[in-house]
Amino acid sequence: MKNVLIIARKELNSYFVSPIAYGLMLFFSLLAGFFFCSATMMFVQRGMESQMMGRSFPMSVNEWVVRPVLSNVSVIGLFLIPMITMRLFAEEKRTGTYELLATSPIRDMEIILGKWFAALVMYACILALTLLNISILFAYGKPDLKPMLVGFLGLLLQGGALLAVGTFISNTTRSQIVAGVATFAICLMLWVLDWVSAFGTSTWAKVISYCSVLNHFEPFSKGLIDTKDVIFYLSMIFLGLFLTARSMESIRWRA
Amino acid sequence: MIKVEGLTKRYARNVAVDDISFEVEKGQIVGFLGPNGAGKTTTMRVLTTFLPPTSGTANVAGFDVMEQPMEVKKRIGYLPETPPLYPEMEVREFLTFAGRLKGLTGDELTKRVQIVSEQCSVAEVGSKLIAKLSKGYRQRVGLAQAIVHNPDVLVLDEPTSGLDPEQIIHTRDLIQSLSGNHTIILSTHILQEVEAMCQQVIIIAQGKLVANDSVTNLTSRLRGAETVSVEVEGRDGSPLDTAAVEEKLKLVTGVNKVVLKHTRDGRHAFEVESVQGNNVRAELARAVVSAGWNLTELRALGLSLEDIFLQLTGAEKQ
Repeated sequence: MKNVLIIARKELNSYFVSPIAYGLMLFFSLLAGFFFCSATMMFVQRGMESQMMGRSFPMSVNEWVVRPVLSNVSVIGLFLIPMITMRLFAEEKRTGTYELLATSPIRDMEIILGKWFAALVMYACILALTLLNISILFAYGKPDLKPMLVGFLGLLLQGGALLAVGTFISNTTRSQIVAGVATFAICLMLWVLDWVSAFGTSTWAKVISYCSVLNHFEPFSKGLIDTKDVIFYLSMIFLGLFLTARSMESIRWRA
Repeated sequence: MIKVEGLTKRYARNVAVDDISFEVEKGQIVGFLGPNGAGKTTTMRVLTTFLPPTSGTANVAGFDVMEQPMEVKKRIGYLPETPPLYPEMEVREFLTFAGRLKGLTGDELTKRVQIVSEQCSVAEVGSKLIAKLSKGYRQRVGLAQAIVHNPDVLVLDEPTSGLDPEQIIHTRDLIQSLSGNHTIILSTHILQEVEAMCQQVIIIAQGKLVANDSVTNLTSRLRGAETVSVEVEGRDGSPLDTAAVEEKLKLVTGVNKVVLKHTRDGRHAFEVESVQGNNVRAELARAVVSAGWNLTELRALGLSLEDIFLQLTGAEKQ
């Protein structure tokens, strides 16, 4: 555990001494801010419209603002994750520092967990920027806090799963660019898989759409924790990290 | 301290290390000598548990590299060919990180970082970014990283490559000063370096062990006997009795052996082996001339360390 933290601390340090962290935060806050802004405007407009028509019905801020914002954020995440994970192992391999880690008295799994955990913390820091947007809602209304927390839990789980995949891909190459592009392609694919279900109802279509990461996020954005989805994400995290461990071992035997 | 038996490392297409066995005593400095691509780095990587051997065993500080890699890793300090440095870290920060990785904590960590910074003379750049350091400093930070946890065994892969002469001397002194408490194995393709630093030398070429001896033994084996080539012809082209010449040359003090190599155009070439130290060449010349023969050539054939090295490793002399 101590070793995991040593690695995680070092990784977080290198995120924050380089412009990556700040660049990603800027990129994210611009997009998330835009989505928040348009969702809020929509909400206000609808509210006024219904009032003017004289048949005002209750409108939930959670339903109209928080949920679409969280859904959008989960899509933005797909674009951020490759940029967070691409350097994790690829950089170490290119500069040769991988040899230092591999010959230090520290287990492969501790290295992997440390790096993945640092990536997750980095991702959480970026996501936390949406809290600024959402906290504005508390100043003017009474949104429900619990569904929001569930939504963030979902974002973290989804992020953790994709970060684990990215960690694995970064371990398979020495080039950050290759790692980034491949991770992005896979993230995109896992997103698009969902669309398949629109065209078919066969077993295959169901299986394929089940693999879509965003599908499993849907209930979280509504404030629902479904064990099925939690297990999906956890098993994906496990699979990603497990593959990374296998990959580290295979490097040893091949090269 | 280090015991390697029948070590073989095979890659998909070639054999990098082929059945190497050697032993290193505690506190020794061993030079691992060989041309580029001989398998030095591969052997070192096996010793540091970075690579598993295809067959054979390696035992470091009493632990097998395959059976108990964690115990080996705790007792080993490794400086790979390119120092493993994070450019975005400051020197002290990096050494602290390396110390933590090796299991140091608290006061001991701070103390060790301080000690190795001074030992490797990187204390004055402690708060500089590694990215801004010169090659020499990087190499020294790499060395400091390897010794931060005071390991029993130090594995240094070409520790002086790319340094300027002054830095090389400094690094050599540093490595020698470490030898008492640490067993050091260092690779190089520079012979003088081995002569200057090591007690034992292991020569490998094309993955095979070609020599494993103490440096003194090896140099005396290489330099002990001096061979001189003497070419003689009869005066005014008159024929020459080679047996008489051989007799005459054998009488010179210090000469052990005289062999007639070849005869060409009435010139006879002899190879004369003598004990080192005696200035036999002057005496040989005098003997030939005083006998009334012409001395057409007198050339020392004494093998340099380079010659022997090339001979042992079977490389072509350029």
